[in-house]
Amino acid sequence: MTSVPPAAAAVRPGARQAARRVGKRLSGRAASAVAIVIAVLWTTPTFGLFLSSLRPEDQIKTTGWWSFFSDPQLTLENYREVLFGTSSSSGKMAGFLINSIVITIPSVLFPLAFAAFAAYALAWVPFRGRNGIYIGVFALQVVPLQMALVPLLSFFSEGVSVFGLQLMPAWELEGPARFAQVWFAHTCFALPFGVFLLHNFMSELPGELIEAARVDGAGHGVIFRRVVLPLIAPALATFGIFQFLWVWNDLLVALIFAGGTSESAPMTVRLAQMAGTRGNEWQRLTAGAFVSLVIPLAVFLSMQRYFVRGLLAGGVKG
Amino acid sequence: MNLDFDFAAEQPKLLQLLYGVVAFCAVVALLLLLLDRAPMRQRARLHAAVLLAPALLLLAIGLIVPAVRTTLLSFMSGDGASWVGLDNYVWMFTRPEAVTVLRTTLIWVALVPLLVTAVGLLYAVLVDGSRFESAAKSLVFLPMAVSFVGAGIIWKFVYAYRPEESEQIGLLNQVVVALGGTPRQWLLEPPLNTLFLIVVMVWIQAGFATVVLSAAIKGIPAEIVEAARLDGASPVQMFFRVTLPSIRPAVLVVLVTQSIGTLKLFDIVRTMTGGQFDTSVIANEMYNQAFRYGETGRGAALAVFLFALVTPIVVYQIRQRREAVR
Repeated sequence: MTSVPPAAAAVRPGARQAARRVGKRLSGRAASAVAIVIAVLWTTPTFGLFLSSLRPEDQIKTTGWWSFFSDPQLTLENYREVLFGTSSSSGKMAGFLINSIVITIPSVLFPLAFAAFAAYALAWVPFRGRNGIYIGVFALQVVPLQMALVPLLSFFSEGVSVFGLQLMPAWELEGPARFAQVWFAHTCFALPFGVFLLHNFMSELPGELIEAARVDGAGHGVIFRRVVLPLIAPALATFGIFQFLWVWNDLLVALIFAGGTSESAPMTVRLAQMAGTRGNEWQRLTAGAFVSLVIPLAVFLSMQRYFVRGLLAGGVKG
Repeated sequence: MNLDFDFAAEQPKLLQLLYGVVAFCAVVALLLLLLDRAPMRQRARLHAAVLLAPALLLLAIGLIVPAVRTTLLSFMSGDGASWVGLDNYVWMFTRPEAVTVLRTTLIWVALVPLLVTAVGLLYAVLVDGSRFESAAKSLVFLPMAVSFVGAGIIWKFVYAYRPEESEQIGLLNQVVVALGGTPRQWLLEPPLNTLFLIVVMVWIQAGFATVVLSAAIKGIPAEIVEAARLDGASPVQMFFRVTLPSIRPAVLVVLVTQSIGTLKLFDIVRTMTGGQFDTSVIANEMYNQAFRYGETGRGAALAVFLFALVTPIVVYQIRQRREAVR
């Protein structure tokens, strides 16, 4: 008689626990299913593009990439043609790939250095008007680069003249020298965010460190090189990868300042052209697109940590 | 096939790159030299001037002066020869083709931030604490590294169209056909085509939302979660009563960031439809007017309008961030 209540008492919590576990597992299963659906939706398009880029031309144009699984045929021909083909209809992508590299390297280096210098001055050199300048640079993040495009282009092509008086001559850049104006534009547009981000990190360095170096007789140049730079290396990496991805993937600035020919235009410009005029030449589009994706993907995967840090620090590009 | 790629023709470019890198080293060395030469006893003003000069000079030439000039240009005729008052703005708000652009932009700004946040939040909550969390997040995060142009091509391929009688090569039409429908030219039919372009933007940006929101979710104090669980909160209650209020600042960051990015969006529209079939947005129209049709005044007016739309959002974002810091 007395054995019933304890048994019931023993059963009830157990049952409740089991029910909770089942409930959790069920919702866990549904949750996993939804998560998997999202993950599949997010990767399938890229996978389809990649697989297609490896299929023979006549197959890409007549069958879907999923028919690869019933009739597997792979070739690197598309890559060879889109990169090195010399007929006018091929991508000639190798030249544009080199342009992308030539555009990107200085467009990352210059803003990195100039932003670091400026951020150091704004964080650690005491002078009057420092706050005003910092707020000014910070506020420039608001200006969309569309506001600068037309006048900056005329600055390059016509120089500066006030009331008919020529103050600065036109740059008149021809051929490969045109890269300089792309570097210039990218550097200007990167500075507000760069100064903001690096200033954030620099101003958090312990003041005693800088003070100790100063007491030892170090000038600002030495402090900047020996003390500050090594400490903010992760921040430099963050800004570097942001700027790299932004320049490499940019279309608008390149269209306007690099023109549309293989002389100086980057891959994005070429791909946009091909998507427009040869929108059905999928063998070239898929291979070309994948070539342009590989480098940023590799950089991104190897430096994802720094990228995430930048995002969380408020990384928005103007 | 002819494959004799001419590497010699590429040499001038690499030489230019070399010039660029050498110039970079020279400038940096010169600045550091100046800095070392200026004695420490002198006023800090000199040091600050050396350090700030390149950045401030470039900002003045590349952003400040041009922004002022663009504002002036927006009150001038297309060739910049005469003042036309508010004509360009009147054009923007009254001509049907321009009004369509504004309406399309509005649809983008209304939908993208919401969808990005919703997908990102859902995914972040679902994978939170699972065994494959970081791999799962990476998968969704990867499109962030892809250029908008590349993403445009990836999705143009998904939307590819073949006539009904032939085999489909685009995934979407294949699915439609498999379900018994007829294939359609998704990008040519307004107003749905704008939605298909929006999908591309959401696909790129969802990873951003996932990462930011996931970090916020991990920041919720364990005691709060535990207390709610002891009170017997269901997962749904948990989400709406505990998780969502706790990560409100991060959600706002995502919404705001996405609104700004969407307002300035250009590449996707340009790559996928060229702005035809009623898909053009402000940034694309600005490019067309200013750089293709030579209507500098109208282009400038569109740029100024974009600036006017972005400014309050950024100001709000800065305020939010300051409060979050406090």
